Amino acid sequence: MSFKPINKFNSPAILLPVDNIDTDQIIPARFLKATTREGFGEHLFTGWRYDKNGNPNPDFILNKEIPKAEILLAGHNFGCGSSREHAAWSLHDYGFKVVMARGFADIFRNNAMNNGILPIDIPNQYYSKIVSMIQENPDQRILISLECELVEIANSNIAFPIVISSFRKQCLMEGTDLVDYLIQQHEIIATFENKR
Amino acid sequence: MSSKTIFDKIWDAHEVSTLEDRSSVLYIDRHYIHEVTSPQAFDGLRQREVSVFRPERTFGTADHNVPTLNQHLPISEPASAAQISTLSKNCEDFGISLFELGHEWNGIVHVIGPELGLTLPGMTVVCGDSHTSTHGAFGAVAFGIGTSEVEMVLASQCVLQRKPKNMKIEINGQLPKNVTAKDVALYVISKLGTGGGTGHFVEFCGSAIRSMSMEGRMTLCNMSIEMGARGGLIQPDETTFEYVRDLKFAPKEEDYNNSLEKWKMLTTDPDAEFHDEYFFKAEDIPVMITWGTNPGLAIPVTANVPEVKDENGAVDVEVQAAQEYMGLTSGQAMAGQKIDYAFLGSCTNGRIEDLREFARIVEGKQKSPDVIAWIVPGSQQVLKQAQAEGIDQILEKAGFGLREPGCSACLAMNEDKVPEGKYCISTSNRNFEGRQGPGSRTFLASPVSTAYAAITGKITIPDSLIPTPDSRLPTPDPDSLIPNPDPSHVI
Repeated sequence: MSFKPINKFNSPAILLPVDNIDTDQIIPARFLKATTREGFGEHLFTGWRYDKNGNPNPDFILNKEIPKAEILLAGHNFGCGSSREHAAWSLHDYGFKVVMARGFADIFRNNAMNNGILPIDIPNQYYSKIVSMIQENPDQRILISLECELVEIANSNIAFPIVISSFRKQCLMEGTDLVDYLIQQHEIIATFENKR
Repeated sequence: MSSKTIFDKIWDAHEVSTLEDRSSVLYIDRHYIHEVTSPQAFDGLRQREVSVFRPERTFGTADHNVPTLNQHLPISEPASAAQISTLSKNCEDFGISLFELGHEWNGIVHVIGPELGLTLPGMTVVCGDSHTSTHGAFGAVAFGIGTSEVEMVLASQCVLQRKPKNMKIEINGQLPKNVTAKDVALYVISKLGTGGGTGHFVEFCGSAIRSMSMEGRMTLCNMSIEMGARGGLIQPDETTFEYVRDLKFAPKEEDYNNSLEKWKMLTTDPDAEFHDEYFFKAEDIPVMITWGTNPGLAIPVTANVPEVKDENGAVDVEVQAAQEYMGLTSGQAMAGQKIDYAFLGSCTNGRIEDLREFARIVEGKQKSPDVIAWIVPGSQQVLKQAQAEGIDQILEKAGFGLREPGCSACLAMNEDKVPEGKYCISTSNRNFEGRQGPGSRTFLASPVSTAYAAITGKITIPDSLIPTPDSRLPTPDPDSLIPNPDPSHVI
C-alpha cells in the first residue's frame, strides 16, 4: 500500500549495536496472527523489551530515557531470518523511518523500502565511531538527505553516501506504490506471456 | 557475457523488462500462499478493486498457524481460527486453489509444492516465506518475499527485484556415515556466517550434492536462506527427473518428454563466472549441531562450546550473549548436554525420508522418559506414506506418536511451544532467541542426531552410545548405553 514519502531527516538515533538482529527478535511469530498491518509497534523487540510477565525491561534501550528519534542504528546483517513484513510494519508503527546498519538481509531491505523505511548501510570504517559518539551523547543529531544521497553526523567530519538505486530512491521520495506500478504493466506482461 | 549459470538462464528467461537501475520485472511461474503473510495482500487487492491477474498460478495451504492434533475439531484460539478462515475466504473470493486444513494435499507449503509436482525445473517460484529457497532443489529460482510483494504477484504475476549475484558452493567426495544434508547445511553456514550469502543466489554443485536424494537437496536449499542467500539451487538431473515423473501436477507422457528436453538444458556453462566460489570436501564435514542463537553458531557434535574470550583475552559479545541465553559455558562438551524436547518436522526435515531415518534409529528402543517428543510430518501425504510403511507403528512401540501436519514448533505460532529455559533438539531451521517459544533454547540438528538424543535424553554422538539395527557397525561399550542417572530426576 502507499506510504508517506520520505526525504530529509534531522534526528537522534536509537542505538541497538547488535549484529544479526533477526526478524524473530524484531517481532516474534506469536504476534503474527493479526490479519491487518496496524498495531505491530507495541510488539517491536518484545523479547528484549519486556520480561516474561510483560513488564518493561529497564535495561533495554527503548525503556530508557531516550530522545524522540526516527532513526534506529544496528549492527551487521539487520533483519536476517524470516520474510515477515511484520518486522518492517512494527518498526514503522513504532516510529522508525530510517534504519542504519552495517548491512541488511535482502528480504528485509526490500520489505523496508516497500513500507517507506529507508535502509542505510553504514560504512565499516565509521560504525564504531558513530556508535561511541551516540553513546557519549544520545542527542547526537544525524542529518539525512535522500535527495542528495547523503548522511552527515552533525558537528563531526563524518559524512557518507546513501547507496540506493535511482528507481528505489524515486519511489521512496514520491511514496510510489509498486503494486500500482506493476498493474500498469499488465499489457507488457501479457505480451511476455504470449511470447514464451 | 554469453556464458551463463543456471540461475542466469532461468532469471533472464523470466525478465519481462529491466529498469534503468537494473531492477527486473520478473515473471513468476508458481506462487504459493499461506495464512500468515497473505491476508494483508488480499486486503490491498480489495482496496484497489483489482482481481488476481493469473489465479491459476497461485496455490494456497494452511500450515504456519495450525494445530498438530485434532485438526478435525474447530480451532479453539479465536485469532488463529480467524487467520485460517480468512485464507479460505480470500482463496474463494479470488479463485485460488486452496488445500485447507484436512485436505488430502494439505501440509507445509515447501513440502506440498514439490510433492505435488507444482514446483518443476526451470521455474521461478515465490512465496511469502523465506524458506521458499527449498524449491531450488529442483533447479528452480525460488525465493521468499514480503507481503507487499505477495500483493504484487497476485496483482501482476511479477515481482520487482534486482538480480542477485552468483555464488558457487561446490562439495565433492563422499559424506561420512551419519552426516546428512542438514549437517552439510549447518557446516557451510558455520563457515560463511548468517550473512555470508547476502546479495547472492547460490548454486550447490559437486559429487556430494549429485549423490543426494531430492529430500536431501531440499534440506540443503531450504537452509540457504540461513546463510543470507536469496536462494540456492541445484542443477536438475536424473534424480530430479525421476522424482517429478509421476507427480500429480507434473507434465505427463508427451508433455513430460518435451519438458525433459528443456530441463536437460538447465546447466551452468563451463566458463560461466561466479562472483564468489567456495569449495568443501565432503569427508571434512562432521555431524553438526548448533550451540548458540543463530544457525551459524554450529559446531561438530563432538566439539565443545566456544570460549567467550579469544587468545588475546578479547570478549566476543555475540558468543557471550548466546552462551548466556542458552545457559551453556565455554569449553563445555556438547555431547552429554541434557535435552527436554525433541522436534522432528518442518520444511527443512519433515519429509518421508526424515521420518524413515528417525524410525530406523529409534526402532526397538525407547524414548527417554525425560523427553517430550513432537514428530510432525510435513504433509498429509507424508503422514499417509509413513502409515503405509508402518513407521507409525515403529514410533509408537518406541514411545513416540505421529502428529498431524504443520509448521508446528519450528516457529511455535500454534500451541507447540517449548517452555522457557527448556532445551529442544530440533530438525528445524532457526535457533533464534524465543523462536520455539518465549525463552526456549534450541539445538538445530539432523533427524539422525535428533533420534539419538530423543532416546538418551542427551545430545549424543551418533553410533557412540547405542547400537543401531545396522549390524555392520562396531558394538559399543554396553555400559555407555544407559544415560548416567541424574539425582535430580529420582523421585
